[in-house]
Amino acid sequence: MKPAAFTYQRPTTLTQALAAYAAAPEAKVLAGGQSLIPLMSMRLTSVPELIDINGIEELSHIHVERGQGVRFGAIVRHAQLHAHAEAREVQPLLHAALSHVAHATIRNRGTTVGSIVHADASGEMPMIMSLLGGTLTVASVEGRREITAEDLFIGPLETSLQAGEIAVEAFVPALPARHGVAFDEIARRHGDYALCGVGAIVGLDADGAIEHVRAGYVSVSETPAVVDLTGCFPDGELTEQGLKDAAELALTHLEPEADIHASAEYRAQLARTLTTRVVAAAHADAGARANAEVTA
Amino acid sequence: MTTPGSTAEQTETIRLRVNGVTHEVDVPPRRLLSDALRHDLGLTGTHVGCEHGVCGACTILVDGQPTRACLMFAIAAQEYELTTVEGMTRPDGSLGPVQQAFKDCHGLQCGFCTPGFITTIEAGLEENPDPTPEEARDMISGNLCRCTGYQNIVKSVRRAAELKRENPTGEGAGQ
Repeated sequence: MKPAAFTYQRPTTLTQALAAYAAAPEAKVLAGGQSLIPLMSMRLTSVPELIDINGIEELSHIHVERGQGVRFGAIVRHAQLHAHAEAREVQPLLHAALSHVAHATIRNRGTTVGSIVHADASGEMPMIMSLLGGTLTVASVEGRREITAEDLFIGPLETSLQAGEIAVEAFVPALPARHGVAFDEIARRHGDYALCGVGAIVGLDADGAIEHVRAGYVSVSETPAVVDLTGCFPDGELTEQGLKDAAELALTHLEPEADIHASAEYRAQLARTLTTRVVAAAHADAGARANAEVTA
Repeated sequence: MTTPGSTAEQTETIRLRVNGVTHEVDVPPRRLLSDALRHDLGLTGTHVGCEHGVCGACTILVDGQPTRACLMFAIAAQEYELTTVEGMTRPDGSLGPVQQAFKDCHGLQCGFCTPGFITTIEAGLEENPDPTPEEARDMISGNLCRCTGYQNIVKSVRRAAELKRENPTGEGAGQ
C-alpha cells in the first residue's frame, strides 16, 4: 500500500503550474489528494510526476455573488465551503450536500473542485454541479475556458478536460426566488459512500403551483444523472400519485448496479423512496422560502 | 529506475514541524506523512491501519484540524503545524484530558485505533466543548474500532469534555 515513485513539484503561481503541466502532460495535479492518494497507494493509477497546487494562493478564494452564485477556487476545502455562511444562504443545496461528503476529517483536506473533476458518480459534488447547472473554469498555457456541467462529465471518472488543463474554479448558480432544495442519502455509516443519494430542486410560480422539478442521483448511474420530473405534477400540486410517478420516471433514467454493499433491486428501491422523500422536502422548502420572500 | 541495480531513489530534505519541534529528514516524494512520522521521526504513536483513508487510525492534527496522515505526502506537509498523539499530553507529561478520559471510561481495548480517536476528539472538543451523546457519535463517525468498543468511546468523549472544563488551562501541547 505504498505509492510508486514519482517526481514532485510545488509551484506557487498558476502560471508556473500550467507551464509545468504543459511540459509534462502525463503528470497528475494534486489538490486535496483524498481520492488520488488512495488510488496511488493501491497502485490503481500510476503517476510519474505530481504537480502540487496547494501552494497557489490565487486558487483559495470563495466569492459569493448575491443573486448570481458561488465561485470557489481549486484548493478550497470541502470544510471551508461547508462552513461559509454566505455561500449557504445563496445556494443552500451546496451546504446540504457537503454535509454528506465523506467524513469531517476527509472534508478538512479534500477540495470541492477536486471532487468535481474526479467525476465519480458516487460522489455528491459532481451530481450537485449537474443538478444546479454549474460551470467549471479550466486553464492551460493556451488560456482559459468554461465547461458546463453537462459537457464536463463524459464517462465514469472521466471529464472533458484536455491534457495540460487544470481546473481552477467552479461556479454554482444561486437559488432563484420561489425555489426550494433538499438532499438526502442512505449510507451504511454517515460519511461512507452513499448506497443511493438524491438531491432535488423545486420551483414554484407566483401562485405557489409547481413550475418545475428536477432531481439528481448519486451512486445509481455511471455519470451524474439528473432527471426532469416536472411532468409528474401536471396540476402544479404535489400529490402522492405525482411522487410515485416521479420515482418510477426517475428509475427509467438510472442504472442501479449490485456490489457487496447492496443489490441492484435494493438500490432501485432506495432511489424510489428517496425521490418521494426529497422531492416532497424540496417542495416544502420552496413553499417556506416563497412565504419568507413575500413577508420580507 | 528500470535498470537492475539502480534502486536508489531520489530524496529531498524536508522540514516537518511536529508537536512544536522542527525535524529535518531526507525522504523520497512518495513518502506518506504517516510513514515519515513513524519511520523517519520514530513517532510511532500514529498508527497505520488501512492506508487508504477509511479506518482513521492515522488521524493527526494539521493546523489543528483532524487529517488522515496516510492521505498526505510528507513533502507536502512542510508548511503546517502537525500534532500527533504524542502531543496530546499535558505540559508536565501527564495524560491529557482525552487520554485520561479513555483511561477512566475503559475507552480502549487493544488500543490500535486509539491514537486516531484521541486526536479527532481533541479537535472535536475545541469546536464543540459540550457534545450531546449524538454529537459525540458524529464526532467519531470517521474512525473505526474493530474491538467494537464504541459505547465506551462515546462515554470517553463526554468525560473528556468534563475534564477539559474542570481544567481548562492544562490543555495538551501543540495548541
